[in-house]
Amino acid sequence: MRDIDDGMRSDLRRVRYLGSAHSGTSGMWHMRLTSLALIPLSIGFVLLVLSMVGRSYGDVHATLSQPFPALLMLLFIGASIYHMQLGMRTIIEDYVHMELWKDWALAANLFFSVAVGLACIYAVLRLSFA
Amino acid sequence: MPELPSSDAPPRKRPLSPHLQVYRPVLTMVMSITHRITGIALYAGTLLLAWFLMAAATDARSFATAAWVFNSILGQVVLFGFTWAMFHHLLGGVRHAMWDSGFGMDDPEREWLSQASLGGGIALTLLVWAIAFFLR
Repeated sequence: MRDIDDGMRSDLRRVRYLGSAHSGTSGMWHMRLTSLALIPLSIGFVLLVLSMVGRSYGDVHATLSQPFPALLMLLFIGASIYHMQLGMRTIIEDYVHMELWKDWALAANLFFSVAVGLACIYAVLRLSFA
Repeated sequence: MPELPSSDAPPRKRPLSPHLQVYRPVLTMVMSITHRITGIALYAGTLLLAWFLMAAATDARSFATAAWVFNSILGQVVLFGFTWAMFHHLLGGVRHAMWDSGFGMDDPEREWLSQASLGGGIALTLLVWAIAFFLR
């Protein structure tokens, strides 16, 4: 349904914010799923950090490069980063109402989350494999 | 026929949805606000985790620098706050999960749940730091 005399306008402009795209609750649902996963994962993370308190670099390196701690870290990082990205998205959508600023803030949120998440994952993998 | 307001008339004052400034602070509201604030703090705090992991993955010298910062007084204060934010947000999430499933929303229960998650977050933080203190 495209206006012939206004060819630059896509259908997107017409439908944006006007109705259901049938994916409206996925963010809410993924937030619940990641928070459920983070209950055991964050407890495991705290215990893992406690096991490294006051240890030398060699001990910390050895601990983090073992399969089970490394897997725990990867799961914790993955769930946390996705969870926090969704949470910050909600906050931005609640408080930033100017369209342009909102889009930039959402983009910055995504870039930050991906960058921090990949830094953590890369470091854990490097500890295991390098 | 009723007279319609002309478009250049000053806009009539319409009732606004009440917001934070008109409410007396109550515990459930304060807990809701701190849930969001601790979430933002944890968001920023992932930079510390990334730094710690990247330093450990780089070499002993980078790790020593990160360890020095985390062991400084300011570093310890930040990590203590991070620990509290994590437990507060964790227990707040459990509380919200209960409310999501329709449990504990009535008068005594919701207050009790809020007090329990507030006290529990502080207690777990102190417990973890007590253990860390004896381990170091």
